[in-house]
Amino acid sequence: MPAVLCIENLGKTYPGGLTALKSVNLTIQQGEIFALLGPNGAGKTTLIGIVCGLVNATTGRVLAAGHDVKREPRAARRLIGLVPQELATEAFETVEAAVKFSRGLYGHPPDQALVERVLRRLTLWDKRDTKIMALSGGMKRRVMIAKALVHEPKILFLDEPSAGVDVELRRDMWQAVRDLRDAGVTIILTTHYIEEAEEMADRIGVINKGELILVEDKTELMRKLGRRELRLHLTDALHEVPSPLAAYSLTLIDGGLTLVFSFTDEAGQERIPTLLRDVSLAGLNFRDLQTQQTSLEDIFVSLVKER
Amino acid sequence: MNWHAVRAIYRFEMARTFRTVVQSILTPVLTTSLYFVVFGSAIGSRMTDIDGIPFAAFIVPGLVMLSVLTESIGNASFGIYFPKWSGTIYELLSAPVSTAEIVLGYVGAAATKSIMIGLIILATSAFFVPLSVLHPLMMLGFLALTALTFSLFGFLLGIWATSWEKLQFVPALIITPLTFLGGSFYSIDMLPPVWRTITLFNPVVYLISGFRWSFYGQSAINPLVSITMVVLIMVVCLALIAWIIRSGWRLRH
Ligand SMILES: Nc1ncnc2c1ncn2[C@@H]1O[C@H](COP(=O)(O)OP(=O)(O)OP(=O)(O)O)[C@@H](O)[C@H]1O
Ligand SMILES: [Mg+2]
Repeated sequence: MPAVLCIENLGKTYPGGLTALKSVNLTIQQGEIFALLGPNGAGKTTLIGIVCGLVNATTGRVLAAGHDVKREPRAARRLIGLVPQELATEAFETVEAAVKFSRGLYGHPPDQALVERVLRRLTLWDKRDTKIMALSGGMKRRVMIAKALVHEPKILFLDEPSAGVDVELRRDMWQAVRDLRDAGVTIILTTHYIEEAEEMADRIGVINKGELILVEDKTELMRKLGRRELRLHLTDALHEVPSPLAAYSLTLIDGGLTLVFSFTDEAGQERIPTLLRDVSLAGLNFRDLQTQQTSLEDIFVSLVKER
Repeated sequence: MNWHAVRAIYRFEMARTFRTVVQSILTPVLTTSLYFVVFGSAIGSRMTDIDGIPFAAFIVPGLVMLSVLTESIGNASFGIYFPKWSGTIYELLSAPVSTAEIVLGYVGAAATKSIMIGLIILATSAFFVPLSVLHPLMMLGFLALTALTFSLFGFLLGIWATSWEKLQFVPALIITPLTFLGGSFYSIDMLPPVWRTITLFNPVVYLISGFRWSFYGQSAINPLVSITMVVLIMVVCLALIAWIIRSGWRLRH
């Protein structure tokens, strides 16, 4: 897949002297969903702001489909859609007028059918004649998404798209994002909901204190860092791990009622059958067994803590 | 040129005007009528003619200019300050629009509104004084040029302002005095020589003088000098705007 966005040595120091980004390098592939995770103040919004022309970079450059966002802003910006983190909408305009305004601003001729499609997709069609100030916060966010979609961007930035959006709509929005990806749109989103990244992203980047500390394929990341566990719930409590099972470095929890086998890779996984056989040979009976995988959240928390 | 963008901005701004059409038109009509009642009829009847023009008629061009100036600055500054304040400016800053397109949309709409108001005031004044316009085309030209120039200035003001107070500050403390001292209600020839010279540093003098010339064919300042001055101010404003938008001053972090 060709790269659609190249971020090179991007750095930003705000006038107050705060360095929000320290030489970030990142390449986004055409058609992927990239999730940017990081704690508050990590620099996510700053990074997006530079790409979209809201923030001037201190160092480095950004190429969108080969166009330098600073030198050829028109060519670059035509491709980019932005849904900012902060709610900011017109107040007195109707939903439809605001959305049409965005389409015009990006240099497109009016297209009523498309406007209708976008508004319906975001369940705003019934509200099209409502003044935006009379909408709820979640609806306003959807208006902002509609405004970004209606100019048919090739690269879409969603800065915390599901903040303030209810659960049902969030699922709906995830589906909308996947549909966009299927239509060839590249999506970069930031989120504090790890499940959102886990659910949607193809790749994940973790940013902390202005540094991109990790960029990985999601499944790869889960495989590499995801600690998995096999838990055996025993019928009778043990005082210690029986010596025939010493090789598996098991731990006993629940007052000796649960044996835990932790592993991180496939080699570990392949040992499960022999482990179970050895457990039977040792004369232990178990009433239940369960495996579980660390969530992205655990991974993320441990990554950020390490720094 | 992204004409769709210019049109979108222009329409958006005009829609704002038409949403408040009653206030937009009623206010200037009322204010002007009051001026005519007080300065035209009550005081004016005791004033001698100025340059052979009855006082009530003499102040018409000045009054129109006064409103056009205030309206231009007010509209254009609000038009760009409001999105800055509410945060919706993100869209303008991230859209594929050039400085020229942004300015054309915002300033064009602000100027359109103030030209409309100027003409309405002119029509209102026709109820109070017999109106004659010697050079109608020049009159319209001056009106348009002034509206554009001061809408540009208002646009600059809106970008510069970082608070609502600052937005009010410049018109109240700089523009209103300049317009009042700009010869709306008197001819600068009536001033002592020293003050006349000082007055020549007031750009508004040239506007009002030139505008009045288009009505009555006479003015304290050569109309060509007036036009040159207006164009000069316009060029300065344009240059400043071009620089500001390119550098992102007060717009981008
Ligand atoms: N306009 C600004 N002026 C000065 N400092 C700023 C400005 N905008 C952001 N910062 C600082 O830059 C750092 C990064 O901010 P940024 O908004 O990029 O974080 P973020 O990762 O988006 O955080 P969040 O998850 O809270 O949205 C923060 O320390 C913030 O205080
Ligand atoms: Mg943010």
